Amino acid sequence: MAQTTIFRRPESLTDNITHYCPGCTHGVIHRLVAESLDELGLRERAVGVAPVGCAVLAYNYFNCDFLEAAHGRAPAFATGLKRVNPNLIVFTYQGDGDLASIGMAETIHSANRGEKITVIFVNNAIYGMTGGQMAPTTLPHQITTTCPFGRNTDEVGFPVRMVELLSSLKTPGYMVRVGVHTPLHIIEAKKAVRKAFQYQAEGRCYSLVEFLSTCPTNWGKTPWEATEWVEEAMAPYYPLGVFKTPEEDPAVGMV
Amino acid sequence: MSKVLMKGCEAIAEAAIKAGGRGYFCYPITPQTEVAEYLARRMPEVGGVFLQAESEVAASNMIFGAASAGVRVFTTSSSPGISLMQEAMSYITAAELPAVFVNIVRNGPGLGGILPSQGDYFQATRGGGHGDYRMLVLAPSSIQEAVELTMLAFEKADEYRNPVMVLGDGLIGQMMEPVDFSAVPAPNPPDKSSWAVTGAKGRRPHIIKTLYLDPDRSEALNQKLTAKYEMMKQREVRYEAYNMDSGRPLILVAFGTTARVCKTAVDDLKAEGIEVGLFRPISLYPFPMQEIRTLAKKKSVKHFLTVELNTGQMLEDVELAVQGNKPVSFYGRQGGNVPSPSEIVEQCRKYLQ
Repeated sequence: MAQTTIFRRPESLTDNITHYCPGCTHGVIHRLVAESLDELGLRERAVGVAPVGCAVLAYNYFNCDFLEAAHGRAPAFATGLKRVNPNLIVFTYQGDGDLASIGMAETIHSANRGEKITVIFVNNAIYGMTGGQMAPTTLPHQITTTCPFGRNTDEVGFPVRMVELLSSLKTPGYMVRVGVHTPLHIIEAKKAVRKAFQYQAEGRCYSLVEFLSTCPTNWGKTPWEATEWVEEAMAPYYPLGVFKTPEEDPAVGMV
Repeated sequence: MSKVLMKGCEAIAEAAIKAGGRGYFCYPITPQTEVAEYLARRMPEVGGVFLQAESEVAASNMIFGAASAGVRVFTTSSSPGISLMQEAMSYITAAELPAVFVNIVRNGPGLGGILPSQGDYFQATRGGGHGDYRMLVLAPSSIQEAVELTMLAFEKADEYRNPVMVLGDGLIGQMMEPVDFSAVPAPNPPDKSSWAVTGAKGRRPHIIKTLYLDPDRSEALNQKLTAKYEMMKQREVRYEAYNMDSGRPLILVAFGTTARVCKTAVDDLKAEGIEVGLFRPISLYPFPMQEIRTLAKKKSVKHFLTVELNTGQMLEDVELAVQGNKPVSFYGRQGGNVPSPSEIVEQCRKYLQ
């Protein structure tokens, strides 16, 4: 009987074994990016920009050209690269500390200029690589090594909702928040990633896909508990959905 | 082409265009904003990229991204802005990318002022950012030389795959002088296809990175960079010796704008029948160590006087070069004050007794 391959590694991924912890969803997100690049035929034009954070070694796993940025500067790297070579498909892959803390200025201004890049934003509500410190996205009362009594919003404010913040700007085109904690969410997330790259391939707009991701190691949870925590704790504060598309600009008509 | 009268900043901008600079990312800061204003109009005419960034931090990291594409890229700023660019300079050096940085130095520290200074000598010649690295540093003392060194900077950045800094000051940036672009050579960028990120079509991916967790690989990078700097020391030392046909009892050592003033002082003393020499380093890194050392060993040379617009920075390199063979004195002005020729003549008299 003839065998048919129905599931295989995307060409846009290497066969290296990742260093990510058990139960971390970086691997799933990598795969969704790689599948999208494959399906849209963009791998040979793609350049990724790795952050400082858990995904700093992303270039070991993606089979395309890659830069490794200084902490928070991935959008500036991507801006310089895309501006001098608009034919490239440029994406950044950043965590919450990188994108929403040290790189906040670069994030907001690259979005506001409408750089034709795709931003993959992995929000796991904590600094993973340095061992579980408070992030700008850490939830109220969430315990980390630098807020051992829980995030006190009187002292450090409430977590930043990046998609909502950037959606208040007129320029950025595609703003969406997705989850990867159930198979159904993964299917929806894939559609968003593919759409974001499609917009760039068409030269249309800046796009950002925020993923609610897991960090069982630094959350002190099992992988299964971590996926439950995304649903029960993160999703209520960070609602999933499409916030902005280039076709429908919620700011249109506002005075 | 005949000579044209140009402001230093605009001449540097045009020199960069003529050198094939096609990516410019900037943030406004006095006294060099005219570079950005010039290029905002000029860059589109040659199909290049002009972009005003949100900060010097962003501008310099855009330089990293654009340099990775294999395009000739540059930025210009002044002292406080250059401080913010130190992060990117360290990364660009570690990633072995070519890029040109122009610092039109203003007086500091802190916000300081907007007047000429040479207070960034240490920052420029010692690397400035974190980690162990150097840049080729070129210091013009006229607008014509600023044009020539800016164009040279692009060639050398490509040759060494290392950032090159043109270190001017507020006077070089703001002064107007006739310049001639006809003498300068056509740009000659090398093939960058073996490392630039252009899309992995028909080849293995190119990865441009600076993280080396393995100590042996990190050490290997440090040693590779050091070998480059040693090669620069062999091949890139540039200087001008003025009125030094034979050994002089007093030798002035000065660079950039200060050397211009010193030259007039040397001429004024000559008119009185007093012979004083001027040694002007053009490359500040690599510093003309050996050339000064040779002078210091001459019997006829009795004294060195270093003149700078700071509190004594190049002075330390001169002392290293002289190795205690002769006394080295220092005269400096700060705060944006530039000494007059007569002021320097007075200083010279102290050591001519």
